[in-house]
Amino acid sequence: MTSKKRYERPVVTKHYSGFMNKIGTSSFSKPMKEIDGVQVTELVEKFGSPLFIISERRIRQNQRNAYRIFKTRYPKVQFAWSYKTNYLNAVCSVFHQENSWAEVVSEFEYDKARALGIKGDNIIFNGPDKNKSALIKAIKEKSKIHIDHFDELYDIIEICDSENLRAKVAIRVNMDVGVYPKWDRFGFNYENGEAWQAIKRIVSNKNLELIGLHTHIGTYMMSTEAYRIAASKLASLARSIKEQFEIIIEYIDLGGGFASHNTLLGQYLPAEETIPSIDQFADAISSGLFELNFRQDELPFLILETGRALVDDTGYLVSTVLANKRLSDGKKALIIDAGVNILFTGFWYKHKITPAQDCGLHTEEAAIFGPLCMNIDVVRESITLPLLKKGDRVVIEYVGAYDMTQWMQFITLRPNVVMIMEDGSVELIRQAETLEYITQRELIPEKLKSKS
Amino acid sequence: MNIFSIPANVAVSDTGFVFLPTTGETFTLNEIGKEILRMLQQNKNLDEITEIILENYDIDRMSLEKDINDFLAQLKNYSLLVEV
Ligand SMILES: Cc1ncc(COP(=O)(O)O)c(C=O)c1O
Repeated sequence: MTSKKRYERPVVTKHYSGFMNKIGTSSFSKPMKEIDGVQVTELVEKFGSPLFIISERRIRQNQRNAYRIFKTRYPKVQFAWSYKTNYLNAVCSVFHQENSWAEVVSEFEYDKARALGIKGDNIIFNGPDKNKSALIKAIKEKSKIHIDHFDELYDIIEICDSENLRAKVAIRVNMDVGVYPKWDRFGFNYENGEAWQAIKRIVSNKNLELIGLHTHIGTYMMSTEAYRIAASKLASLARSIKEQFEIIIEYIDLGGGFASHNTLLGQYLPAEETIPSIDQFADAISSGLFELNFRQDELPFLILETGRALVDDTGYLVSTVLANKRLSDGKKALIIDAGVNILFTGFWYKHKITPAQDCGLHTEEAAIFGPLCMNIDVVRESITLPLLKKGDRVVIEYVGAYDMTQWMQFITLRPNVVMIMEDGSVELIRQAETLEYITQRELIPEKLKSKS
Repeated sequence: MNIFSIPANVAVSDTGFVFLPTTGETFTLNEIGKEILRMLQQNKNLDEITEIILENYDIDRMSLEKDINDFLAQLKNYSLLVEV
């Protein structure tokens, strides 16, 4: 009967001197056949390919773990979920159930948080773009407005005067933390006294209540020392505010930015081996906060807006091999059905890509291209993978952050997103787009309508 | 039909290790790759090779044809095969 041998595509691999030989041995631990106990094949058969998968269990674990780490080092801790990192309603809801507030940077995100039932005073409103209607709404709903620039500060003063309102505000501060490029385009500068000037302007106005200090020193930060410096600079500002104005602020917000487990394009060693742990970031921040020197009952809350480090490893993208190709120089290329249209982070990261089925031991170096008819659609310039054939599937890991917000509707439609729930059930949390969904906002001028 | 041949100086070991003395380059073949190269060295033509593989391995004709074409392209690219 089937005494036939298992087939593997014939392949020849060249050895390069000076490089470790990967031939014959597999650099792959194992195929990823299941995610949280659910078969990948089953998921794709039911929900199609490509498919985004999010693990509820992992989100909760990450959030609880991060909270515990900070809480054991500083007594008052509050997380605020960074909406732009992943604002699918189901994802935000898991974070909110874990007691995270919402951190938003636009009226759209603000409204999204409100629609999810988050009260204004549990919303941190960041960013340089807060239009007047958004500001009025946020002030009335007592949300925590983090002022980015003087024009915004004067807008708020004017609104409060004319509408007879009181606003709860903080300022975003930018500073030198020894990391370059410096993020100095958001907020008021610490070193040149601009931040202090903004603080003085706020406390001199009876309609404004200064409740906090905020900074976000960058994203995918690998330096813990930068956080220690940032925490100590905000702490010293808080102390000056107490000394000069007898105001004890409610919180110090250190923003987000902890590096996640994805490896950057230019990075040689895998991120797992190089990035600091959340414990190390927490150590640095709590030691910076010593600078406060406040009585226990006066201590401000420490707010964190951690994004990617909490959600990146909760997301997976399953994709199917569309074709095998050989480039003119002999290099192997795979075309898969997920491109940079939905894997935006392909522009920054060397994603971990693992076959979803058993494969032979032989590996081969290949480029991975997405399905778009565009030269930019490169998922990986080069990766060593077992031999894959048309129809095989791969799992792209660590795609929970920014991909489901920065993805674009370009050339093709965005796919289903499912969440694997803690009990192992699978829920559709965003339906694949359809032609009607995309065109429903389009209008054709009457004279262009063809008369058939 | 194209006739392919493996240069006489290409040495293939039982484990699929290939040495090209003219350039000093070395390569590895997987099991099927090694079998095909051996058959080419024995001057078997592509039809014969295809039948033998189909008989011994769990694979359909279309997929095998694609893979053999790609394999020959790889060999040519590495100068392990010449078209005569
Ligand atoms: C103000 C603010 N907070 C939080 C975040 C989340 O950052 P990350 O995902 O790097 O943790 C960002 C993103 O850049 C941000 O701009």
